[in-house]
Amino acid sequence: MSGPRFAWHRLVAMVVKEFIQMRRDRLTFAMMIGIPIIQLALFGYAINADPRNLPTAVMSEDNSPFSRAIVAGLQTSTYFRIAEVTQDPAELDRMLARGEVQFAVEIPAGFGRALMRGDRPALLVMADATDPAATGNALGALDRVVESSLSPLLDGSLATLQRGPSPVDLRVQRRYNPEGITQYNIVPGLMGTILTMTMIIMTALAVTRERERGTMENLLAMPVRPTEVMIGKLAPFILVGGIQVLVIIGTATTLFHVPMVGDPLVLSVGLLTFIIANLAVGFLFSTIAQNQLQAMQMSFFFFLPSILMSGFMFPFRGMPDWAQVIGEALPLTHFLRVVRGVMLKGNALADTWPDIWPMLVFLGAVSVLAVTRYRQTLD
Amino acid sequence: MSDAPAISVRGLTKRYGDKVVVDGLDLDVARGQIHGFLGPNGSGKTTTIRMLCGLLVPDGGTGTCLGRDIRTQAWEIKQRVGYMTQRFSLYEDLTIAENLDFVARLYGLDGRRRRVARALERLGLTSRVGQLAGTLSGGWKQRLALAACVLHEPELLLLDEPTAGVDPKARREFWDEIHLLAEGGMTVLVSTHYMDEAERCHRIAYLAYGKLLAVGSVAEVIATSGLFTWHVSGPERRIASLAHELASRAGCEMVAPFGATLHVSGPDEAALEAAIAPYRDEPGLSWTKDEPSLEDAFIHLMTGTPG
Repeated sequence: MSGPRFAWHRLVAMVVKEFIQMRRDRLTFAMMIGIPIIQLALFGYAINADPRNLPTAVMSEDNSPFSRAIVAGLQTSTYFRIAEVTQDPAELDRMLARGEVQFAVEIPAGFGRALMRGDRPALLVMADATDPAATGNALGALDRVVESSLSPLLDGSLATLQRGPSPVDLRVQRRYNPEGITQYNIVPGLMGTILTMTMIIMTALAVTRERERGTMENLLAMPVRPTEVMIGKLAPFILVGGIQVLVIIGTATTLFHVPMVGDPLVLSVGLLTFIIANLAVGFLFSTIAQNQLQAMQMSFFFFLPSILMSGFMFPFRGMPDWAQVIGEALPLTHFLRVVRGVMLKGNALADTWPDIWPMLVFLGAVSVLAVTRYRQTLD
Repeated sequence: MSDAPAISVRGLTKRYGDKVVVDGLDLDVARGQIHGFLGPNGSGKTTTIRMLCGLLVPDGGTGTCLGRDIRTQAWEIKQRVGYMTQRFSLYEDLTIAENLDFVARLYGLDGRRRRVARALERLGLTSRVGQLAGTLSGGWKQRLALAACVLHEPELLLLDEPTAGVDPKARREFWDEIHLLAEGGMTVLVSTHYMDEAERCHRIAYLAYGKLLAVGSVAEVIATSGLFTWHVSGPERRIASLAHELASRAGCEMVAPFGATLHVSGPDEAALEAAIAPYRDEPGLSWTKDEPSLEDAFIHLMTGTPG
């Protein structure tokens, strides 16, 4: 009933053949060794789930030792880094909306005097809470930071303020996501990661397939320009990307109840730029990859830093500066800011522009590279 | 412009690393001719054809295709040349009609529907327009590929081993079609390994190790080989042993059995006759002096050139 018996020599023959083929495919071999090394070094050092030195804007209308002590205390806590000082409340809102700062601290006029009287003046701390993970630890430490920065000043006649409730009425405003719902942050972000993965892989494979199947030779022998091939190859995928977006937004709003505060038209501008930028990356990979397997590997090589270093999985500001520089180069980083900005914050086109143009620069650079890499001959 | 030779190249050279694949090739092909391109595997036929249609940039030499420079006017050449690749290179996941439509659109042909319909009719594929190209048999794939590369009515047709792996009847029909196209004024350069196909060409060029060894009509190529041939037939067993005996004798360069007949050839007439002399009067064997075949001539040319 049973077939021929298992034989070691046949197994050995298969294993030896597989090893020979593995060694022949240089790129795959390099990737197998390189990917773990690069990723360990990159992500091991870059990722930090406890972000510190978060940029903070301060608007202080009070010049008492108390308010100065609080600002200094925030800085020394290492959670906050005073990046901006302004006197304009509108400017404060704008910086939060654009994501230039993570926190905005407002100290009202007469803060010091009210504190000395024991009136418990209000100290307003506004957080950009689109990503609850980025602000959580800092806000958790806030009470203690304020208390310990004030306590050296509360001696003598003010010592009574040390007892009882905090001398300051600390008001924390979690903007854009007051309940700290993780889905509000993750679901729009998923749109970016899903698009990155599908757009890059689909285009990288589409062009590599022509080479693998031998149809490229026929295509090259006919009068057609590289840009015509590139745009013609990418155009159908823009439509595919559009359909994916509709599905994801539909799911996000109905299933996860993610708000859509901003203008869908503004989001579309960001989406289109982002989709085309990813398609260009896929096309570039396809001009380098020898076969579909390599195209797939390159796509993953690009995809991993995209999800880990863009602020999708871990707070962007938790990464060291060098890692943030790498992150800034990735289109997903900017797209996440656009999509969260429009859906959660209701940002207008002008607010999203600081993240649109880097994607355009990326798109331009990658397209130029791809078109120059694309060979009109078989050389 | 139309008086220019279809192909005229001088000193065409292509290297891959240290390996010279095409070495100083000179070739002229007059308009309206069917020009055979022969040579062993790896002799540089495909590379030469690819350089002619702008798919590869030559490392040395100059030349024109339809009066246009192969280095600088590849774009113009591509408009007027039809190239059929060795491997089927249309889209297997498109139907026959969709493939032809794609090609017609790329060339921006007027009356696309009419042209495609006519090509399908000519192919005899009208009833199978909806069939995926990948599901066609080898012979049909090759006919479809030919139809696709003549759709834009090129002046020059470059065919790279178009009939490899195709059955004799399909080959015969394919060559009838080639002759029909040539009658209409099209120039054809076709590479092949089949001697019967070479004999259907007006002229042939023989390439080995990247060098052109012979060019001319079939008779001219045989004559330039300077080969002399005797045919000997007899009982099968005797012919088999005779082949071994003759192969070791000086003067016999080639001994090739064809069933019960041996083709014995050598470049020196006297030496060849001296070599076979002891066997001439052996009973049961019949000897005739004959023209060498094209295949004999080619194998002689090939062995005479160091690799």
